[in-house]
Amino acid sequence: MSDKTGFLAPSTYSRLLPHAVLMTGALFMLLPFYWMLLTSIRAPAEIFNVSLWPIPQSFHALENYAAATQTVPLFRFMLNGVIVCLGILVVQLLVAIPAAYALAKLPFPGAKLFFSLVIGALCVPMQVLALPLFIGLAWADLLNTYFALMAPFLLSVFAIFLFRQTFKSYPDEIIQAARLDGMSEMAICWRLVVPSALPAIAAFAVFSIVAHWNDLYWPMIVISDMRLAPPPLGMLFFADAESGTNYGALMAGAAVLTSPLVICFLLARRQFIEGITMTGVK
Amino acid sequence: MSAAADTLPTEIRQAEPLLSRTRRRQLKGFAFVSPATLLLLLIYIVPLITLVALSLTDYRLGAMATQFIGLDNFTNAFSDPVFRRAFTNTLLYVAIVIPFGVGIALLVATLIHSRIRTRSFYEVVYFLPVTSTLVAMATVWQFILHPRLGPVNAALKSLGFGEFAFLSDPVLIIPTLAVIGVWQIVGFNTILFLAGLSAIPRDLYDAAHVDGATRPLDRFLTVTWPMLGPTVMFVAVTTSITAFKVFETVAVLTRGRYGSEVLLYSLYLEGFEYFQMGYAAALTLIFLAFVLFLSIGQALHLDRRVHY
Repeated sequence: MSDKTGFLAPSTYSRLLPHAVLMTGALFMLLPFYWMLLTSIRAPAEIFNVSLWPIPQSFHALENYAAATQTVPLFRFMLNGVIVCLGILVVQLLVAIPAAYALAKLPFPGAKLFFSLVIGALCVPMQVLALPLFIGLAWADLLNTYFALMAPFLLSVFAIFLFRQTFKSYPDEIIQAARLDGMSEMAICWRLVVPSALPAIAAFAVFSIVAHWNDLYWPMIVISDMRLAPPPLGMLFFADAESGTNYGALMAGAAVLTSPLVICFLLARRQFIEGITMTGVK
Repeated sequence: MSAAADTLPTEIRQAEPLLSRTRRRQLKGFAFVSPATLLLLLIYIVPLITLVALSLTDYRLGAMATQFIGLDNFTNAFSDPVFRRAFTNTLLYVAIVIPFGVGIALLVATLIHSRIRTRSFYEVVYFLPVTSTLVAMATVWQFILHPRLGPVNAALKSLGFGEFAFLSDPVLIIPTLAVIGVWQIVGFNTILFLAGLSAIPRDLYDAAHVDGATRPLDRFLTVTWPMLGPTVMFVAVTTSITAFKVFETVAVLTRGRYGSEVLLYSLYLEGFEYFQMGYAAALTLIFLAFVLFLSIGQALHLDRRVHY
């Protein structure tokens, strides 16, 4: 490691060392993706021939992916994921946007109390509410429904918090002028303020969709019917059904279920990174 | 709802033209927050009150009679060896994930920050585990760490080591789960650090250079580390909350077997597999107490960050 004993000049070291470190880490990051894709195209017999860099003897992708879709309804899982994520997002926006607008631009008695409740709720993880919400849904005989999957997430206190910050910076003069022109508050909110806050709304949409597409805890509690399972719960059913006999199909299933978000991420890299990290509370 | 909000104020306007403007706006304000308030009550406030009430009873789903038992659930929890193991396992998991999840991310971020052409490549690679579905990737990890079929043990064997049962040896399970946790969170933290790094003014590095801090390590210690302090705190708190909520990997990889229980998983088992609602409610409140302790710091910081 010392500069004197090596045969490369110190400057070459300092140029190469960061790359060496980053590449080592990158290999660790990519290892599961590589192994998943590799196994999903290998023949079952070859899986027992373990080496670090195996070259598939025969191309078995079609068989594995077909076996995966036949064992469990993979596309149904993804459709469920889409229905649940979009349903949650639409209601979250419809509820949070007016509330955030009122907090930012329509002073009303009790606004402070409402906002402190929002801040307090920000600190309460979903898993804490699961027990009473489950009892409520069981009483109402609503378990194993799309509604049960969406119910705890219909209010996003984080969206209220985030949009309030964004809406606050909208110029008051424009709102006053619009009021004098006879525009209703609803129209001001949705036709003037919302379009100006689209980047924040898009970032929140990414955050919400990624969080709920990947959530396992709540679906595991309210869904026992496989036909209603979102992707992570579906993956769990699949792993149980396979119980380690057909790794090729299992890895093909994992690849299919994780692909939609990964593809979206690769296509809209900036928006994804911003959406997930700028809204830093998980 | 919105129809009522639109008609009501016009009547007031006709009746009281002078007073009405602020009144009308206040009523609009109430109308605008009313759906959110209703949901806040139904999703947060009523359930939290129910939770506290439940924790003081021996309620079981479907039970005939329920009794008030005071704080028995809490004392039972702390004398229950399974819960205590879940508790220490979770703390061990958090204690591994925080230093590695934060330290590696800081190293990666400082290295990526000075790259120009390869920066976006590394960003994508390190962020990939954050976007992927953890349950699916946990299944892949299970296969990778398989004692006989996995590449990790194959590599270790070729280096002359024995076979490691990463997911069934009680000593190895929690550290193994923590490695997967670090794998998942490093990219997220890296991005937060990159944002923090680009907020450091270039002049500071120039000034440090003039003052003799020429080597990368000196620059890091004199400028980067002090300037990044608040970000490091924030990332450490966020990481601890995420790590505290470890669930998916346990649910997929071990199901709490071989002594690998963690808080959320035992909570899940008590509440939704054994239907011990009263006891599970007490465990939930213990869990909440820890998360609140961690997230109050986070919320304060978040508020400052966004205002600023």
